[in-house]
Amino acid sequence: MTLKRTPLFDQHRKLGAKLVEFAGWAMPLQYTSILEEHKAVREGVGVFDVSHMGRLWLKGPQALDLLERLLPNDVSRLDVDQALYSPMCHEGGGTLDDLIVYRLPDGYLVVVNAANTQRDLEWMRKHAVHFDVELRDVTAEWAQLAVQGPKAEAALQKHVGANLAGVRYYRGVRTAYAGQPVLLTRTGYTGEDGFEVYGPPEAITQLWDELIRSGITPAGLGARDSLRFEASYPLYGHELDEQTTPVEAGLGWTVKEKPVDYIGKAVLLRQKRGEGVRKRLIGFRMREPGVPRQGYKLFLNGEAAGYVTSGMRAPTLGAFLGMGYVRGAAAPPPGTPLQVEIHAKRREAEVVKLPFYRGSLRT
Amino acid sequence: MIFPKELKYTKEHEWAKVEDGTVRVGITDFAQKELGDIVYVELPEVGREVKRGEAFITVESVKAASDVYAPVSGKVLEVNRELEQHPEHVNEDPYGKGWMARLELSDPSELEALLSAEAYERLIGEAEAEGEG
Repeated sequence: MTLKRTPLFDQHRKLGAKLVEFAGWAMPLQYTSILEEHKAVREGVGVFDVSHMGRLWLKGPQALDLLERLLPNDVSRLDVDQALYSPMCHEGGGTLDDLIVYRLPDGYLVVVNAANTQRDLEWMRKHAVHFDVELRDVTAEWAQLAVQGPKAEAALQKHVGANLAGVRYYRGVRTAYAGQPVLLTRTGYTGEDGFEVYGPPEAITQLWDELIRSGITPAGLGARDSLRFEASYPLYGHELDEQTTPVEAGLGWTVKEKPVDYIGKAVLLRQKRGEGVRKRLIGFRMREPGVPRQGYKLFLNGEAAGYVTSGMRAPTLGAFLGMGYVRGAAAPPPGTPLQVEIHAKRREAEVVKLPFYRGSLRT
Repeated sequence: MIFPKELKYTKEHEWAKVEDGTVRVGITDFAQKELGDIVYVELPEVGREVKRGEAFITVESVKAASDVYAPVSGKVLEVNRELEQHPEHVNEDPYGKGWMARLELSDPSELEALLSAEAYERLIGEAEAEGEG
């Protein structure tokens, strides 16, 4: 199978990136070291190529109606140039994907997980037949960077004309770069302040080169995962999947009581009232050393109680931390002892509050 | 990449250094580069008897857990406790401060099955050529 390449593939290769397959794409796992790239983003600024993410474009008189039917979060309240995070669920409430919707003057840009792009498109097309809407996969027409870190605004401002200080969290600004239209949004997946930049491949490639030349650290998927993990953002395929509802994943705030009969509404609203919740996402910290990994078993009072979804030695915090699900409607409170089975041995851990870490992000 | 001549190697990327009837063990420069940043090394208990080829150490990188196999059979005489606080020594100095355990050499004939530096380097060359293909 030939792997798909983002417009920045040659840049990654020239920088000596370790390339890996991710959701059918050849992507940089790291350039020098995951830990160094992680640190650069926590303390300064780093830039990620996230062009592999799926970008879908919806326009037409009923674009909003379709999104309102598909998504539990309230798309109708979006201003132009505002973004919204939402899960997308099936009728049973399980999560098909988690995504970001941007309202632009002439339509909506929906940014989805690379691994789910095709399935999302099919799902959305199936439901779009009842609506007067045009739905297009524009993944290849746009490239996407994430410039992240406490110094992201200052670093990016040197290269773009628009006033970034005036852009609030989950808002965007349309501007020109290298004579091309680009969209800058104050969003990210690291727990730090930062921006994502969307634009035509040539313009984004030029911006990437300029950012790297000015000394910004390129960061790969490894650091992207460790940063999102410390900030306790769910990752599809780990904390979220078709067997998991947003309420169970701690995303109850994205499930709205809006009047529209959206897909999954009945189950989700019931769960939000505490009914029918089968499991809860928790955070935990190891009391004994050991790295919890996806799929490892969790035990409460000696009984099998759930499973790990993500875990690592958190680079900024130093501790061995994990996220996982425990069965039942209520999560055990912070401080509750639990055990994690690591390499056939049960090791002591305790429940801790999420998120593990709050960075420079100010919401 | 460095492959010191005085060491013996395995196909699984361990190195072994014979020192007066004992064998010091670690992972190669190639292995540490492939694994990336190492964040934890789970060492065996001193006194444990291991068989050649047995997984007796776990190296945890940011992304994954990997087994380290005993290059020879014998009792674990000593482990590198420094790694508990400084797992990065494996990345920084795989043949020195990054050593992991010292084994008693119970059967010296097992050393003959290990690879020379030249043979190991050839193996790595082939693996890398395949990776690029």
